[in-house]
Amino acid sequence: MRDVGVVAFAQRQMREFDGSPTCVELLVPIFAECYEQTGFTRQDIGFWCSGSSDYLAGRSFSFVSAVDAIGALPPVNESHVEMDAAWALYEAWLKIQTGEVDTALVYGFGKSSAGTLRRTLALQLDPYTMTPLWPDTVSIAALQARLGLDAGLWDEAALAAVADRSLRDAEHNEWAIRRGGSSVEDLLARPLYADPLRKHDIAPVSDGASAIVLAAGDRARDACERPAWITHFSHHIDPLHLGARDLTTSLSTRRSAPATRVDLAELHAPFSHQELVLRRELGLGEDIVINPSGGALTANPMFSAGLNRIGEAAGRVWDGTADRVLGHATSGPALQQNLVCAMGATP
Amino acid sequence: MARTLSQPVTVTFDYTRSTGPVIGRFLTGLRDGVVLGGRTADGRVLVPPPEFDPQTHAATTDFVEVGPGGVVDSWTWVPEPVAGQPFDRPFAWALVRFDGADCAMLLALDADHDAIATGMRVTVRWADERVGAITDIACVEPSAGDLGFDTLAALAAQPAAGEPVTGVVSPISLDYLYAASPEESAFFSGLAEGRIIGQRCPVCHKVYVPPRGACPVDGVPTTDEVELPDSGTITTFCIVNVPFLGQRISPPYVSAYVLLDGADIAIQHLILEVPADEVRMGMRVEAVWRPRDEWGTTIENIAHFRPTGEPDADYETYRMHL
Amino acid sequence: MTKQPAAVIGIGQTHHRAKREDVSMAGLCREAIDRALLDAGMTFDDIDAVVVGKAPDLFEGVMMPELFLAEALGAAGKPLLRVHTAGSVGGSTAIVAASLVQAGVHRRVLTVAFEKQSESNAMWALSVPVPFVMPVHAGAGGYFAPHVRSYIRRSGAPTHVGAIVAAKDRQNALLNPYAHLKNPDTTVESVLASQMLWDPIRYDETCPSSDGACALVIADADTAASITDPAWIHGTVMRSEPTTAAERDQVNPLAGRAAAAALWKQAGITNPLEEIDAAEIYVPFSWFEPMWLENLGFAPEGTGWQLTEAGDTALDGRLPVNASGGVLSSNPIGASGMLRFAEAALQVRGQAGEHQVDGVRRALGHAYGGGSQFFAMWVVGAEKP
Repeated sequence: MRDVGVVAFAQRQMREFDGSPTCVELLVPIFAECYEQTGFTRQDIGFWCSGSSDYLAGRSFSFVSAVDAIGALPPVNESHVEMDAAWALYEAWLKIQTGEVDTALVYGFGKSSAGTLRRTLALQLDPYTMTPLWPDTVSIAALQARLGLDAGLWDEAALAAVADRSLRDAEHNEWAIRRGGSSVEDLLARPLYADPLRKHDIAPVSDGASAIVLAAGDRARDACERPAWITHFSHHIDPLHLGARDLTTSLSTRRSAPATRVDLAELHAPFSHQELVLRRELGLGEDIVINPSGGALTANPMFSAGLNRIGEAAGRVWDGTADRVLGHATSGPALQQNLVCAMGATP
Repeated sequence: MARTLSQPVTVTFDYTRSTGPVIGRFLTGLRDGVVLGGRTADGRVLVPPPEFDPQTHAATTDFVEVGPGGVVDSWTWVPEPVAGQPFDRPFAWALVRFDGADCAMLLALDADHDAIATGMRVTVRWADERVGAITDIACVEPSAGDLGFDTLAALAAQPAAGEPVTGVVSPISLDYLYAASPEESAFFSGLAEGRIIGQRCPVCHKVYVPPRGACPVDGVPTTDEVELPDSGTITTFCIVNVPFLGQRISPPYVSAYVLLDGADIAIQHLILEVPADEVRMGMRVEAVWRPRDEWGTTIENIAHFRPTGEPDADYETYRMHL
Repeated sequence: MTKQPAAVIGIGQTHHRAKREDVSMAGLCREAIDRALLDAGMTFDDIDAVVVGKAPDLFEGVMMPELFLAEALGAAGKPLLRVHTAGSVGGSTAIVAASLVQAGVHRRVLTVAFEKQSESNAMWALSVPVPFVMPVHAGAGGYFAPHVRSYIRRSGAPTHVGAIVAAKDRQNALLNPYAHLKNPDTTVESVLASQMLWDPIRYDETCPSSDGACALVIADADTAASITDPAWIHGTVMRSEPTTAAERDQVNPLAGRAAAAALWKQAGITNPLEEIDAAEIYVPFSWFEPMWLENLGFAPEGTGWQLTEAGDTALDGRLPVNASGGVLSSNPIGASGMLRFAEAALQVRGQAGEHQVDGVRRALGHAYGGGSQFFAMWVVGAEKP
């Protein structure tokens, strides 16, 4: 395997982006930041790959205009996944591993506020036996949370503790759209929303975009003082069936876990209890720093939030806070599909 | 004034789904008032039946009647239902494990919030009219008494009521608020004043109309404003003779690329006041504006373009725009 | 580091029809997958990862349908990727699947692309109105017809060349048991007599709307060595450019030219017309055959139509193009690109049956999408590269 490092990361997260669902206006400054961080120009990028969703935008081929932000004449080597951009990062990493290119810029974007997100996501369910009932994502997560509560795997205080820590950490993240910790007691005193979840257990609807630059070997060393070298990159999917799958576990996360331990993890958990599921599957004990960015509970821009976890984790390698980190992304109802990217200060 | 213009869009279609044999069997069962599970190779009964066995990957062929009674494995409360859900008032979802099944399925539960508990017994409440769709189960509701109510529900089951279900119609309607980019918004706002505004790319100096959030060649927003005339040249076109769902102009009509004088990119618009078969590449055209009191922030303020009667533009002047 | 060799060792496709009312989406995919696995002599247990491709989700009204399909596609517990690059997606999907093997990450990858267009209506899904802009769009035909007109103007091609392509591809389709359209009576004259839909494109010069799927098993050198006739991947390329840009060439797009140049270089080809024995080119409207012949470098600019008119692209010509009947005869949009890639592999393996071209050593699979802006192509060959 070639040594490939994360060498740049730029993001935008906001409650409501007032621009076009193609998010071109967000991508232009994000790309500029990536060039500035690396010293690369557009011509230095060997491969481009993005993640987004037509249904989020409400129209077919919504990703097509985003190519404008690249400035794609002369033409570029480019691809797109209808997934969170964390999986676009995986495709770009593959491309570098084939030896075809040495660098890649990966981006994700989405304007969740254009529609009613929790309703739109009902279209991710079984189209014959589920979608006609329009089960919303928040309810599905709440069913999952109760299964764990009833099984004694977590309690309401544990959920509140996750939310409180996230909101506290988000105070230091300029891109968080919800922030400010209080206490477990205070959070538990707030009313239930989707019983047993409270609003702070549920990621806010978020718009946004982000980008990561990957580079191999010396290209990475030239672009970044302390690249976050990818030491492990793995993803798996579970069946959708909510009843036949044990929702209190995540086999696909377990299968994607790195063999070696990390000091810090950014987990894509849009609901409090999902962080607890992920920690258990990844074997992350109390001594591991979790989501110093505040995580998805404080901003969850669809189709870039997973990529953001990898970017945030890489950032802790760049600034020397940690030597071994991981970023995790999830997709689909109730943690159906999961990806883990482990990075370190040495390849 | 807002930085951008926005407008609601509804994306709506009645999808016609063919079910295949397994889902078809399940939905046929619902129409006939029974819930069917599928037996897997390892002996479990899954509801709804999986189309293909999770282990052997073979198509499911062994169907087993389950329910109509069952137990709640998990539940939640929906304080703010969204459109299309089984109830338009606060209600519960439940993962319901039907008697005889080895897994739960997701259904709405009609009960008071404080009457719901994990492990409670529920039974199917059928829809008044059953058509062979998942909505044939209106919801589940608390069992009145273990035998009594289940028996009543079972009595509601009817003998096979006709042909097997092979398809289902699934209406999907989503509401979005569509926003134009700030650059496009400036263009559409200009149109509301009868002006056509383009912008120049600060790098390549090409004039884009509408202006762009990113010059597609240079990846930077277009900036310097250029007001363009409402006359130009048809570069190329097609005559649309085909009617289609959602079409807003009656065919036949000419859809053309019009290169406005001074612009470096053509816009698409309608050509009228000339027989379709007389429209030519290179034809000089001008905008015909709707009456001023009908103007909005839309390119539709220009009803169409019509020939000016000038001699055709020389091919060389628009060859690079094809 | 160089790419690991990879080869196509299993190929499957569905019987393509306007409406496959006998199957669900999963059933449609499985029909192609089961054939591909059988061809490869494998079961799902042998597969390391699954790559799914599909055009816009609005076609089926399911957001990321690979999620609900995961188990039926045998992907549960495995890595699954979902590619969407507009009309080129079938090709891009095969390329992503190949890269999993070429990167040395996996040994045996299953890839499937599908479209079940009968669940909705493609014209509708492609023409959902956008506020503020002029509603002159009329699906893909309305989009491409002006550019076909530009091609005719620029090349001076006689106006019956499109009809030659349509008649050829429909006749070829009669030799392909999986093809959607089976119209034995289609001739140049009948095409010319068909209704003008999006002038200058006639009804018989357009692709149908199909339900269908295509699947491939792509494997590493060790695995491929165990079968007699792998189709080795000699080169893969993807290139993209913007939909619209000042003075962008929409007839002979730069991205297609750049992709072809890179592809021939990778495959060690200097004279494609001589060295490629069969080509499966994405031709949804008949005129795109001569347009892409030029774009791909088979003919100098402005002369592609001469190859078509001379019969060089016929089944017995110098460069048989779309021996399968092509997109003009079967068009499950998301799968159409992969079908081109698969048919190229079938030709190289000598398994194309009645539409087999004699002695194919190297074949081209080609797909494009969006506003002639996304290109995906590969060359497969009988020799290990």
